[in-house]
Amino acid sequence: MPRLLRSAMVGAALIINAVPATFNTALADMNLDFSGFIAGDTRIFTESPALSGQNNAHLNPSTVVQLEWNFEWNEGADRIDFIPFARIDPQDNSRTHADIRELNYLHLGDDWDLTIGIDKVFWGVTESRHLVDIINQTDGVEDTDGEDKLGQPMINLGLQSDYGDFIFFAMPYFRERTFPGTDGRLRSPFVVDTDRTYYESDLEEFHPDLAFRYAVVAGDWDIGLAHFYGTSREARFIPEVTGGGKTVLAPQYDIINQSSIDVQATYDEWLWKLESIYRQGHGDDFVAVSGGLEYTFFGAIGDNGDLGVIAEFHYDGRDSTAPATIFDNDLFLGFRATLNDEADTTFLAGVIWDTKTQAQSYTMEATKRINDNLTFEAELRVFSNQPATDPLYSARDDDHLQVRIAYYF
Amino acid sequence: MLNTHLRTLILSSIAVTSLSLPVLANTSPSEKGAEIAKEWDARDKGFGDSSANLEMVLENRHGEKSTRVLRIKTLEMPDSNVGDKSLTIFSKPRDIKGTAFLSFAQILEPDDQWLYLPALKRVKKISSKNKSGPFVGSEFSYEDLSAQELKKYNYKWLNDEACGELQCSVLEQTPAYENSGYTKMIVWYDTAEYRQQKIDYYDRKGALLKTLKFTEYRQYLSKFWRAHNMYMVNHQTGKKTRLVYSDYAFQTGLKGSDLTKRKLSKVR
Repeated sequence: MPRLLRSAMVGAALIINAVPATFNTALADMNLDFSGFIAGDTRIFTESPALSGQNNAHLNPSTVVQLEWNFEWNEGADRIDFIPFARIDPQDNSRTHADIRELNYLHLGDDWDLTIGIDKVFWGVTESRHLVDIINQTDGVEDTDGEDKLGQPMINLGLQSDYGDFIFFAMPYFRERTFPGTDGRLRSPFVVDTDRTYYESDLEEFHPDLAFRYAVVAGDWDIGLAHFYGTSREARFIPEVTGGGKTVLAPQYDIINQSSIDVQATYDEWLWKLESIYRQGHGDDFVAVSGGLEYTFFGAIGDNGDLGVIAEFHYDGRDSTAPATIFDNDLFLGFRATLNDEADTTFLAGVIWDTKTQAQSYTMEATKRINDNLTFEAELRVFSNQPATDPLYSARDDDHLQVRIAYYF
Repeated sequence: MLNTHLRTLILSSIAVTSLSLPVLANTSPSEKGAEIAKEWDARDKGFGDSSANLEMVLENRHGEKSTRVLRIKTLEMPDSNVGDKSLTIFSKPRDIKGTAFLSFAQILEPDDQWLYLPALKRVKKISSKNKSGPFVGSEFSYEDLSAQELKKYNYKWLNDEACGELQCSVLEQTPAYENSGYTKMIVWYDTAEYRQQKIDYYDRKGALLKTLKFTEYRQYLSKFWRAHNMYMVNHQTGKKTRLVYSDYAFQTGLKGSDLTKRKLSKVR
């Protein structure tokens, strides 16, 4: 008995000694980094709006703030990231919005990783359409390119092996897409009323969405296969008349199954890209494909600047009962200039050209660093020759140049 | 008597010289160059892995400076036919904070490189054919910063000469891989520890393009030397880039499973 007691006391003493030591090591190793940016955006619209109710101003200023905290310990094996975002647009209440882009705990193991919380995930390889990218909802009021995303609550487990990565997602809550309000430019002819949202699932936004992805690097080939089951990130729209006699669009989110593949082959100056999906749950089952190439002329601009030429095609076989897309039968032709200078100057310009209707959507993006804290960005969007059946018809008078000055800290 | 003694001494020294001369005569400049390079390579074998912080100060011809801060983790691949793996993560300037590069160096083939863009959380496989292109606007090209592997060059010993307080062997190195921006490099190795002290880079037209000077060498684990200050001057543009390394750590336990495309998408 005394011997047992003594062992217990020794054991307790060891634990008491050991615990603070571990705790101290963890404390000494903790690291908090704070960063972010504040930006002033100005959209310059060349024409008066096409739709009634839209703000008539040709200048649309707004302010964007994004903060970022990275808190890590255990030599970076454990981390919490927090990235809140907000935009204030004095001309459109619906564009004035805030979002938690990320708030998650991450653990990095030797051959595995686990993320719990709100995160952002990108899948895909092509430049002009992100066909297979489905985990996050699009923040539709931010830009027309669909690259701004809302934070998605998830549990994400990644397993690495010699045969590739096996990645699992469970998403317990669905994020509705954001849409411009009555005053906003770049919207549908009738305003989308997000208070009238319908879901196919009785669980509505609490339907548990699941996804799996297998990703492998095989020599010069980067290959991803994925399946998503859950609430579609794209909505169908149902016209409804409000009590005040106004027509609005009610978004309807269906349950879909989507299988996808994305492939990039990298051979010297050539990047060959392919993305494809097979989707069930939006009208008849359909296939969509995006693919193309990027060829870079290294050192073609001055001594050090690179010129890349991008050509991509888009086919989408969905029927008229599925959410509309502009990428049904389209070509993208563009170029990218990367000057590789101290200011990291880049240009990307191109046109999405509907080969059936001849509708054209031009885009130009330029970025440049002014100094260690300031950057300049310009984006030009021009819509041309859209027929009345085109989803961009209602944006036909919304050609604009957006200029951004951002201060990073 | 004294004369005889002297003569013997002279004769014996001639004998010694004539004994060693055939060896030297049989060692061609390229063999001697390869021997020196092999010794340089051998002395860095077994470092396992390393991590370091790097401040990159870019200076244009008007003397205006801009700074990049990054962290580099390197994993040694013991097989001399496979290049090292490395992960580079930027923390400054702030607009590219979190941007990261994963590189699997090859010997003669282009490296495998992936770029991580934190704003989109997108990982892109990128073409690494552009070895001569500048790294983030600096005077260092990708090939200057890529893993220095023995079999990447053909070597030729030129001469031995003083280099500062040290004695150096001067080697001409020609890239054995394609798409180099250089026709040759002249590299000064000190004979004491076989450390690179200086490199002159000659462009595709054969003109002197850049000079790199290595200073503030420190030794780690009683074996591995690392320069903490590398200063590159571009003679044709007048631009300069200084690299200042700090917080070097060796054998940190870095594994192959830490340098993967999947882990790249999770870096900060």
